[in-house]
Amino acid sequence: MTPARRARRPSFEHGDGMIDDIILEIKGLQMGSVAGAVIIDKVDLRLKQGEVLGLIGESGAGKSTIGLAAMCYARAGVHIAGGEVILGGVNVRALDAEGRRDVRGKRIAYIAQSAAAAFNPAHTLMDQVCEAPLIHHIMTRPEAEAWARQLFRSLDLPDPQNFGSRYPHQVSGGQLQRAMAAMAMSCRPDVLVLDEPTTALDVTTQIEVLILLKSLIREYRTAALYITHDLAVVAQVADRIKVLRHGKEVEEGLTDQILHHARQDYTARLVAVRGAAASERATQATVTAETVLSIKACHAYYGDFHVIKGVSLDVRRGETVAVVGESGSGKSTLARIVTGLLPPRGGEILFQGKPLPPALKARDKELKRRIQLVYQIPDVAINPRHSLLDIVGRPVQFYFDLGRELVLKRAKELMGLVELPLDYLQRRPGQLSGGQKQRVCIARALAAQPDLIILDEPTSALDPLVAEEILKLLRRLQSELGLSYVLITHDLDVVHRIAHRTAVMLKGEFVAFDQTETIFDGPYHPYTEKLISAVPVMRSDWLDGVLAKRAQAALPAAH
Amino acid sequence: MKVFGQKPTPSAWFGLVVMAIFLVVAIFTPWLAPYEESANIGGTWDEPSATSWLGGDQIGRDMLTRIMYGSRMTIAVALAITSLSFLIGIVLGFISAVLGGWVDIFFTRLLDVMLSIPSLIFALIILGVFGSSIPVLILTIAVIDSTRVFRLARALGMNLAVLEYVEAARLRGEGLWWVISREILPNARAPLVAEFGLRFCFNFLFIAGLSFLGLGIQPPYADLGGMVRENAAAINFGMMAPIYPAVTIALLTVSVNLVVDWMLSIDARPSGAQAEL
Repeated sequence: MTPARRARRPSFEHGDGMIDDIILEIKGLQMGSVAGAVIIDKVDLRLKQGEVLGLIGESGAGKSTIGLAAMCYARAGVHIAGGEVILGGVNVRALDAEGRRDVRGKRIAYIAQSAAAAFNPAHTLMDQVCEAPLIHHIMTRPEAEAWARQLFRSLDLPDPQNFGSRYPHQVSGGQLQRAMAAMAMSCRPDVLVLDEPTTALDVTTQIEVLILLKSLIREYRTAALYITHDLAVVAQVADRIKVLRHGKEVEEGLTDQILHHARQDYTARLVAVRGAAASERATQATVTAETVLSIKACHAYYGDFHVIKGVSLDVRRGETVAVVGESGSGKSTLARIVTGLLPPRGGEILFQGKPLPPALKARDKELKRRIQLVYQIPDVAINPRHSLLDIVGRPVQFYFDLGRELVLKRAKELMGLVELPLDYLQRRPGQLSGGQKQRVCIARALAAQPDLIILDEPTSALDPLVAEEILKLLRRLQSELGLSYVLITHDLDVVHRIAHRTAVMLKGEFVAFDQTETIFDGPYHPYTEKLISAVPVMRSDWLDGVLAKRAQAALPAAH
Repeated sequence: MKVFGQKPTPSAWFGLVVMAIFLVVAIFTPWLAPYEESANIGGTWDEPSATSWLGGDQIGRDMLTRIMYGSRMTIAVALAITSLSFLIGIVLGFISAVLGGWVDIFFTRLLDVMLSIPSLIFALIILGVFGSSIPVLILTIAVIDSTRVFRLARALGMNLAVLEYVEAARLRGEGLWWVISREILPNARAPLVAEFGLRFCFNFLFIAGLSFLGLGIQPPYADLGGMVRENAAAINFGMMAPIYPAVTIALLTVSVNLVVDWMLSIDARPSGAQAEL
């Protein structure tokens, strides 16, 4: 018996919630903003002991808001307008602030998306993991520490005895996310709210965290609300899935039923996006023989740190070359080399057969025009104080020196090209959605009439359905305008769909560079295989399959 | 009623109204003042009366008229100083932030040198050497004050210069001037406007202080700091004369500060509400 087990509230065992095993029940939850907008409209949910409910939907669907409301908490600017939150038979909404505080952390705990932002950098991990049990007077300090060590062990953290004495910056992102899971479990809560716990992680790290979260929930029979926008991820852990859109419930069902027999059209579309990758392949129709860009044995450094170690790459007209790898592999640095933001040391870059000056300053206007960049996060890539006409029209005016009338005419053409309404030209970026902002970024790049566009994770900040539209747009533009793309991404789904050739990057080197089909069909480099096998597949038994495979692989080694 | 699209708090209303009165008085002084700027209308420190509401000053000029002209002069000089110091500070601060490298090192070291000299001493030396005329006064205080503006503008600029839309402009090949005026300045406007109010207050007080020491605005022009000094002796006779210009200085400083506080608080709480606990 762990200290935590002994410390469970005996009163709870006889609570009303135990009769039908329902631990958390939200009835007719309504939430609104201070300005009066409806954010959550009459959502009900029930969670049994040990059950995992997946909440899924695009950004703005109200997933996180519901997750916080389960703890009777509302962010600044939002308030709970109606409904009941019943946790283990107690109506939490009826409690005062003191009573609610007593519930939070003890009965229901929260795991946030960004662990790095959730930890206090000035305290050790042990202090922070032990904080809740001490505040709630559930355990003494030695008991809490012993329990924390056991949790560290369950979560497969390195050196569980001494792990707690480290500070947040001394551990990796994946480890920090697991430490936060330990923090949430520190009081043995009945319900865990997991708010996109793996979204900020690399695929290869995501799978590890996912496995451990799943086993943690199973081991301690904790009920959980699992919030994510990735159906394939939630399929691995959830018993049931609730699909949300615009603050309303679309449908709820068992995981397999949602994946295979969705009743609502919206759900079916969500499922189809992830399914499309397997069937869809980029066609070779647009690719010509002319080489636009060729990088020859380039090296790049940040100070003394060797980031790019002799990479060679060539891109032909009308071709998409993808560069995939984990964060820190140097793929974004490659983009900075080509754009001239980081002059390479050693090696050579040829653009349309001519050497490309390494530094941006040495390149003339014409060269700058021919290479354009589309950023990952559209919100910061366009100036919030400029109108779309300023944003899209400026490159036209700057590179082609046209008069006002002609700039306006061209801006209108560009808006048509990226499928945005013409009257948006007077709007500012703040009045646009994320997908629309990315379209503006693409229009700005197209305004220069470039030969090569570098796409730095163009869809990773977007919701799946919106990302799908952007990919379609990019493909259409390529076939209409004969553009070449260098696509930097960690998302293998995207690679599948639009890349003709793919380079797999690991620690500043290419471990593989070939036709996309060849890369994905194998035989693989071990790292490529690791990357591919880490991408969640839209089957509820995928994770178990991976575990079984690993166990098999480990067996001979054990003997 | 809304100002800048926001509802002012009661204290902000007070500040706004007082500032508006000062502005109207400052602009229309020659028409509003009961007497000529230097006209003698009675004896030294006359008691307040129906024709002279605040009484007379040390040589029998109308106190109210002198305060109106004094406010006009002090506000005008303080505005000129603050505008000039913002022009210098913002341009150099943004250039420093955007270019970085040795340009940044040069300006920041220069700033350190300037800051190592107490500003009042610095002003006293310059004004002592060149003599106190209004252009010298404006230029001197503006240069001293621009160091503070430079620091703020550089900090704001550095935060904005690393954003991707600024990088996109550089990749496009835009020049330094475009990056500063079109990409960075519009996004730094709110904190700079608030700082303008604060710096205006400090400059206003600084001129009043210099005038009190006799190095600011010179007679026959009326100015508030000088008036406090000229009338200071009246205190010995239990008379109110030096209190009036002193209260005027305080009133304007407080009201500008109230408005600036309110503007800064708008910026600090965008969602306009607290979390529901």
